[in-house]
Amino acid sequence: MLDAGRRKLVEVRDLKMYFPIYSGLLRRHTGDVKAVDGVSFDIFEGETLGLVGESGCGKSTVGRALLRLYELTGGSVVIDGDDVAKLSPEALRQKRPTMQMVFQDPQASLNPRMTLAGIIGEPLDEHTSLTAPEKLARIYQLMDQVGLNRNFANRYPHEFSGGQRQRIGIARALALNPKFIVCDEPIAALDVSIQAQVVNLLEELQDRLGLTYLFISHDLSMVRHIADRVAVMYLGQIAELSPRDELYAQPLHPYAIALLSAVPEPDPSREGARQRIILQGDVPSPANPPKGCNFSTRCPQVQAICHRLQPDLIEVAPLRFVACHFVQPQQAQPAGSTGGTEATEPTQQGVNA
Amino acid sequence: MLTFTIRRLLLAIPTLLFISLIIFLLLDMAPGSPMSQIPLTVPLEVRLKMIEALGANDPIFFRYINWLHKFFVIEPLHVFDGLFGTTFAGDSLRELSWQSRSPVADVIAQRIPQTLTVIGMSYLLGILIALPIGIYSAYRQYSWFDQLGTFISMIGFSVPTFFTGVLLIVVFSVKLHWFPSIYDTTLKVTDWASFGKQVKQMTMPVAVLGLYNAAQISRYMRSSMLENLTQDYVRTARAKGLSERVVVLKHVLRNSLIPVVTVIALGIPTIFGGAIITEQVFKVNGLGQLLITAIYANDLPMVQTLTFIFAVLIVLFNLVADILYGILDPRIRYD
Repeated sequence: MLDAGRRKLVEVRDLKMYFPIYSGLLRRHTGDVKAVDGVSFDIFEGETLGLVGESGCGKSTVGRALLRLYELTGGSVVIDGDDVAKLSPEALRQKRPTMQMVFQDPQASLNPRMTLAGIIGEPLDEHTSLTAPEKLARIYQLMDQVGLNRNFANRYPHEFSGGQRQRIGIARALALNPKFIVCDEPIAALDVSIQAQVVNLLEELQDRLGLTYLFISHDLSMVRHIADRVAVMYLGQIAELSPRDELYAQPLHPYAIALLSAVPEPDPSREGARQRIILQGDVPSPANPPKGCNFSTRCPQVQAICHRLQPDLIEVAPLRFVACHFVQPQQAQPAGSTGGTEATEPTQQGVNA
Repeated sequence: MLTFTIRRLLLAIPTLLFISLIIFLLLDMAPGSPMSQIPLTVPLEVRLKMIEALGANDPIFFRYINWLHKFFVIEPLHVFDGLFGTTFAGDSLRELSWQSRSPVADVIAQRIPQTLTVIGMSYLLGILIALPIGIYSAYRQYSWFDQLGTFISMIGFSVPTFFTGVLLIVVFSVKLHWFPSIYDTTLKVTDWASFGKQVKQMTMPVAVLGLYNAAQISRYMRSSMLENLTQDYVRTARAKGLSERVVVLKHVLRNSLIPVVTVIALGIPTIFGGAIITEQVFKVNGLGQLLITAIYANDLPMVQTLTFIFAVLIVLFNLVADILYGILDPRIRYD
């Protein structure tokens, strides 16, 4: 399904995002919340990478860090040839048009004191030299693209419904013709009927404009609908990264298995047979992750080695990357990665290796 | 907005009438006599005659209605006559101060300019200092600038003006002889030299009150900015690739100013109220000083009128604050 000649638009290597904890009388730096701890993945041009995981696993942080809305603790994020993590503030500002974001909360992410035209038009003021009529034409064009009535241009965000506000957020993100859009739970704050509208709009825009998405969500069914490949995150790290169909058909990482067992089945006869895996215990604090594999405290198949060694994310089957000591490359496979575990890089460079 | 304003103004009438009644009754029930400052050698019957002449022993209800009539009808007519040379008021009896026997409105009119220049200037100065400090403190939260700003505003908050005022007098008047310690009300600004003198004598009272006002407003500005800086729409603005200046000044500041403008508007009546203590320290004979001397002398007409004017201003500026809110925040609509 992924042709090998596709260009990598986004390359993330060993992304780390720590939030410092200051405590004590002198507010000394006593530790870090390791929200994202060494994440690597690629996004190919024109594809949608889904990023799923439970609340607090660092999904949104990855999305924001990718666009450098946070200052990274470590690692590199190459988007369309530039390492975003190392750009100077001015160069970063010039880079912003290529990478945009659709935010989770469409109410809070729009300035309450700006009209719709102001919100959509502001990036145009900053990054282009359009005349006023040209700018208005572009604003109307964007509003048409996302299905907003042109008469709404002078209204304020609070006068719109949730779905309309999310369309404003999308129009805003599209204003500068970006190549890459991070969709940070764009549908989480919407009700189900509107969710479908927004997701379909995103897909339609992708087809029409050739956009690349990182689609962050905790809604596994929606990710199944929109994503080409899916990364499952747990406690700041990627547990499994696989093409969508393979992942949903047969997840490999124990956490991915447990997570996907929670997806309800629409067919009642099969829903009855669905075996839900209930994980024991709570997610450990990202300020103090467990030694070894970070899933070791809750894994149903935990062994002694899991508490000592941290597994690397390795390609165990073509295009399937799993970070588990007990999911190893299948030697029987005729094609795909050969070579031992040691020889395989923890990154997933080789799409056609 | 217009209907809202008119409705609120109409609602203000019963409110103010009620306030005026309360003020009147409270002052009337307070102990003390307008004759307390008349020497004891004056015989009793003379005193009673004086009280009668003042109208101080009429029935309370009669005096209240009389006062209302004078405040709302006669005095405004006299003021109008004075301004435009008309004779609408004729020779109707004016509200007289029990101390000076001169009309209350005239005395207040004499005192207003001093209060407005000194206290108004200090308020303006306080705002001008406070806004940039508040904005930058919030933008660089916990930086040394923020810590210093917090420290200074804590001083401004907690050290009373009678202390800072006297301290400034000791340092700059007594030791350094830079500024006069007493405000000269008779000074007329006619040329540059007298203007310089006026600036000099205003410097210390304005500085003392300005510090106090700046301390308050900068705290409001800071906390309002902090609240908005962490909002999602600020992240959106950054993601748009706007420069930091635009993000802070256009997106954050404009939204943060809404509560601050309200606080500033609500503080304006205190300018007219004068600063009783600071005016005493620097001998500025403004409204605050007028009020305190009137209270000492049991000059009920003066105290009533001044207190009621403050009440009117407070009600009025509450309305102004509400209207400003409606203008500044598109989410608020009154109609």
